[in-house]
Amino acid sequence: MSPLANHVTERAAGELRTRRENWRPLPRRRPPRRVPAVLAIRAPIPKPWRWTLIVLSLAIPLVVWTALSASGAVSPTFLPSPRAVLATGLEMARTGELFTDLWATLRRILYGFGIAVLISVPLGIAMGTFQAAQSLFEPLIGLVRYLPAVAFIPLLLIWLGTDEAPKVALLVLGTVFFNTVMTADVVRTVPRAIIDVSYTLGARRGEVLRKVIVPYALPGIIDAIRVNAAAAWNFVVVAELVASTTGLGRRIVQAQRFLQTSKIFAVLVVIAVLGVVIDVALRLLRNRVGRWVG
Amino acid sequence: MSTGLSLSGVGKDFRVRGRTVRALDGIDLVAAPGDFVCVVGASGSGKSTLLSLVAGLIPPTSGEIQLHGRPVTGPGPDRGLVPQAGTLYPWRTVERNVAFGLELLPLDRAERARRVSWYLAETGLAGLRKSLPRQLSGGQQQRVAIARALACEPEVLLLDEPFGALDVQTKEDMQVLVRQVWQDTGTTVLMVTHDVEEAVFLGQRVIVLACDPGRIAAEIPVELAEERGLDVKRSAGFLELRASVEDLVRAYHAQVR
Repeated sequence: MSPLANHVTERAAGELRTRRENWRPLPRRRPPRRVPAVLAIRAPIPKPWRWTLIVLSLAIPLVVWTALSASGAVSPTFLPSPRAVLATGLEMARTGELFTDLWATLRRILYGFGIAVLISVPLGIAMGTFQAAQSLFEPLIGLVRYLPAVAFIPLLLIWLGTDEAPKVALLVLGTVFFNTVMTADVVRTVPRAIIDVSYTLGARRGEVLRKVIVPYALPGIIDAIRVNAAAAWNFVVVAELVASTTGLGRRIVQAQRFLQTSKIFAVLVVIAVLGVVIDVALRLLRNRVGRWVG
Repeated sequence: MSTGLSLSGVGKDFRVRGRTVRALDGIDLVAAPGDFVCVVGASGSGKSTLLSLVAGLIPPTSGEIQLHGRPVTGPGPDRGLVPQAGTLYPWRTVERNVAFGLELLPLDRAERARRVSWYLAETGLAGLRKSLPRQLSGGQQQRVAIARALACEPEVLLLDEPFGALDVQTKEDMQVLVRQVWQDTGTTVLMVTHDVEEAVFLGQRVIVLACDPGRIAAEIPVELAEERGLDVKRSAGFLELRASVEDLVRAYHAQVR
């Protein structure tokens, strides 16, 4: 007897085997209806469909807006026409006030979010790499992270006055914790095996960190920054609404006082466009850095 | 004082949910320079743990591991490791993956390039030097991993089921490649696998591990010609040896059930 057969009988003896009974056949369901390609789960859709939907996504709200304001159903004081908003925007650009405000806001983002990134990326890398750093910072960050940054505005105003400092501080406060936690999460996705192999190739601790962990995590870190850049926009406008003499947020408050709704709309459009520009820029950077992700 | 790799009385315990589990027990193993030793065993026999110990990635609970008479205290480039899959640097091209270990050493550019080129040619990757890992097949990726480990000129090459994720045909190509690389470089090879045929084809010796705790059940010399082509696998001597090793593996596997 071959060793294989021997093995099989040995196992069969231990188990109680019975033949399957003659059950009635399993009921069968009728085959599913064919669905159009556009509704298939996670399937690519035809190119014309795709472009149509993309255009519609912006065109429909614009048409509704135009129709509403043209019909006279809503007073122009509440809802200015798209044309009026465009005209106001152009006028603001001509007088230069748009660019002064834009620059004031952008500078705050650059400083505030810049500082937040400079703190959170190294901190997040440390927390994702060293358990000591994780144990030291995680409890505090976990606690503070869920305090709404906006609730700190009164305190920041008392501590830092009404100048640039409290606005920059609010931006830092609002984004630094989330970006730290997200960076740490990304760093923790670096596979153990790739770190181990690096040691067997002669890499020292610092080299593993610099030449393996950081490059591996970099695309994900940029992704985290992209997500939190959107939050930075939120906070800068809030900060300017509360206490400021310049900036896009400030312009909105002022326009409200004079019931200049078209100005509010124009500023909102500018904020949206700028947000998209920053997002696309970061996405391009990420795709460049993370070409290897594929 | 001995040359080569030696393990004496090596054991390893793990703590699993407050319980101590003995993964390996009393492992004695010697591999002289240039030896090709294969370790086979069912899953759970502590095969991978054994390689992690030799690589220095985890410390043994008892016993000692020595390389050329010096105790192993941590990982280092004298013991190159090739895991099952997925340990290439995905952002580095093939040639820069192979160059990783050399970039850490004081070598000039030309010297480094010369060595990298040799290992790329040796492993049949010369045409893929600028490719990224994700553009490679599983077999090609493992070639890169082998070339990368060899480029550091390890005393011992540790292969941890390196072909476990490959299809049969690719696996056989890789087996022929490993034999050839072993002969061309003279490196000691310690390979762990659950594939008995692979172990008998590649090794000069096959060590069978018993499960729970992992310990050496048998050590079988492979008396086949040094020059082995894939057709050896059909020879009577090979089949007989393979059958007897398989019986051993099954016998020690069955005890656990």
